[in-house]
Amino acid sequence: MEKSVVFAGFGGQGILLAGKVLARAGMNRGLEVTWLPSYGPEMRGGTANCTVVVADAPIGSPVVDRPDALVAMNAPSLDRFEPRVAEGGVIVVNSSLVKRGIGRPDVRAIPVPANDIAAELGNPRVINMVALGALVRALAVVSLEDVVAAMEEELRGKGRDELIELNREALRRGFSEAERYT
Amino acid sequence: MSVELAIPRGYTRVFSRPAALSEAGFTYCPGCHHGIITRLVAEAIDELGILERTVGIAPVGCAVFLDRFFNCDFVQAAHGRACAVATGIKRARPDLVVFTYQGDGDLAAIGTAETVHAANRGENITVIFVNNGIYGMTGGEMAPTTLPGQRTVTTPRGREPRSHGYPLKISEMLAQLDGPAYITRQAVFDYPHIVKAKRAILKAFRNQLEGKGFSLVEILSTCPTNWRMSPVEAGRWVAEEVSRFYPLGDLKDTG
Amino acid sequence: MKRVLMRGNEAIAEAAIRSGLKCYFCYPITPQGELVEYMARELPKRGGVFLQAESEVAAINMVYGAAAAGVRTMTSSSSPGISLKQEGISYIAMARLPCVIVNMMRGGPGLGNIAPAQGDYFQATKGGGHGDYRLIVLAPSSVPEAAELVGLAFDLSDRYRVPAMILADGMIGQMMEPVALPEPVDPAEIPPRPWAVTGAKGRPKNVISSFDLEPEGLRRMNLVLQETYREIERNEVRWEEVETEDAELLLVAYGTMGRIAKTVVRLAREEGLPVGLLRPITLWPFPYGPIRALAERVKAVLTVELSAGQMWEDVRLAVEGRTETPFYGELGGVVPSPGRILEEVRRYVR
Repeated sequence: MEKSVVFAGFGGQGILLAGKVLARAGMNRGLEVTWLPSYGPEMRGGTANCTVVVADAPIGSPVVDRPDALVAMNAPSLDRFEPRVAEGGVIVVNSSLVKRGIGRPDVRAIPVPANDIAAELGNPRVINMVALGALVRALAVVSLEDVVAAMEEELRGKGRDELIELNREALRRGFSEAERYT
Repeated sequence: MSVELAIPRGYTRVFSRPAALSEAGFTYCPGCHHGIITRLVAEAIDELGILERTVGIAPVGCAVFLDRFFNCDFVQAAHGRACAVATGIKRARPDLVVFTYQGDGDLAAIGTAETVHAANRGENITVIFVNNGIYGMTGGEMAPTTLPGQRTVTTPRGREPRSHGYPLKISEMLAQLDGPAYITRQAVFDYPHIVKAKRAILKAFRNQLEGKGFSLVEILSTCPTNWRMSPVEAGRWVAEEVSRFYPLGDLKDTG
Repeated sequence: MKRVLMRGNEAIAEAAIRSGLKCYFCYPITPQGELVEYMARELPKRGGVFLQAESEVAAINMVYGAAAAGVRTMTSSSSPGISLKQEGISYIAMARLPCVIVNMMRGGPGLGNIAPAQGDYFQATKGGGHGDYRLIVLAPSSVPEAAELVGLAFDLSDRYRVPAMILADGMIGQMMEPVALPEPVDPAEIPPRPWAVTGAKGRPKNVISSFDLEPEGLRRMNLVLQETYREIERNEVRWEEVETEDAELLLVAYGTMGRIAKTVVRLAREEGLPVGLLRPITLWPFPYGPIRALAERVKAVLTVELSAGQMWEDVRLAVEGRTETPFYGELGGVVPSPGRILEEVRRYVR
């Protein structure tokens, strides 16, 4: 088993953190993982993306031609990465910001209104966890409990403890949102 | 090769080679003040009893053979980098006494950045800065400290500040910084000045032993060979001309 | 063993601290900022010295001083900064001081960019500064391997009194992987340094120098270096082979490209193409022998690099005309995907 995911969006949408939580969840499961960010000016705003590979054997290239999944948090990200998604792959798309549908018939589309759900939850910053929750349901490599635990590990003790409950809820909401499409 | 002379009956030895100096003869030109300055540093090490925990940094320039002259541990540094090397040694082993001995080209041209920043960090080291206003080792080229109008092989018609830049008063520059503990300018062209210079060197080492931080003793020196002067004329030139441009005395002393 | 998720830059820093690093000197540059930050945060807490120098030139000379004083010391930078360190590295090499230098290569020449590249191979392996010297050059291809090679770099550098370089790139520095960190080194296991400048108490003075005005003396100093280098070449060549037994096309790639090439081998094998990989781990000493042995039985040796063909020259020296030696390289920080390299592979084997 080897699954690869590209997370892409605007800087500030929590793209890198979402990838990191997935990687940590995989590691805690005893799997091999790589987390490869696009770095540089992207860190200071603009676009951001990262590639996460989760596998049950040593991982070769952390650079992926055809990711098994894409999390597209905005329209430019969908435009850029949609053509690269592997046949039979899955695209989680932030339908709050992306108004167009997925053109490819050979991939599974999971529209998630991440901004709207985050707004309902009372904090627009948790859109990344909403999207990650949906991805976890669609990819089925790690469980919802795995990512919740990894998220808690990621946030605890870094002055963000009070956000844990909110993020947990965001992951759950994203996860159940995706259930409608599976 | 040293010859130990028997002391005649009724006489007392009042002058001998400092224990900090090795048997190796100096390689300085006749009449050059480096010999006096090197000896003063050795006397200071003796008097403070720190030979066994002192590390010297030899520069590139006329003092490049310094490690041969001393009996303490030594490190040879790249041109201008002595203060950075000294920083590395002192940070690794704060119990050691670390000094650099650098010329004007080394300290004030190619090594300006290393000098300024070591001073600014207040590195707890001792810097002996020998300023003779010329590159002696390479054949008498202009130094950052060469006086206006002074002839060198690279300023054959005399240093023209508007083209060659002004003499760099690096001690004055360093004295403006908050980091250094002690910045002074001395000379060794006659006995009273030698005594004062010695006192300054001792203080610069004592500051380090007391953890006071960066201490620099600039010493106006001669280069009879490249100044094309006799040793006597060179000494007089320092007394009458050079020390007018570079006034002697303490520029900073935090006490 | 417990695994932690770390960036390459952080794993290198942590491994260095666990290797008994006492003094770390640096100047900030991307893409190795996390290494600097980690050191600033962790090293002082654990009894070491962290100092941000005024320049790369100063930083490497501080390393020179700290190494002379007998402690384990290190600096890290990326390509343009490593260029500035070359003067100091040459002095350190001739003065026979152990230390570790990390180069997280980025795109060049000049200011280039901050994307992963391998354009500093010549500089690292052929002596980037003046004079006849070598560095032990270790090229990790993953985060765990980077952590592992840091410990090896300190050990080899101590054993041979030759500076060691970790030559990686921005991708390895930036990516995260699970790492099982080594146990901290017992300080008693770090080899003694009777040559260090620690105060001439109860022994003759020690002098650390790269200088001898007499040609005969300088020749002798050079010969000591050369004898040491021959010994390292005999003992320390390290490499990894993947599916080389029946390979008809041999890929040679290191670091990030070595890792991507592993996926290429897997993809090629899935297509039934007999492709293998030799990944040099030590770039100096270079695995000439192992490549030569494989060149006897493969149809071609394809070098894949993020450069215009720097390691390729060593591969051709190894092969010495025994077989074809094609090359595929990318420049400017462009990292080819496994699929792109596979296209190249299909040109030489079917």
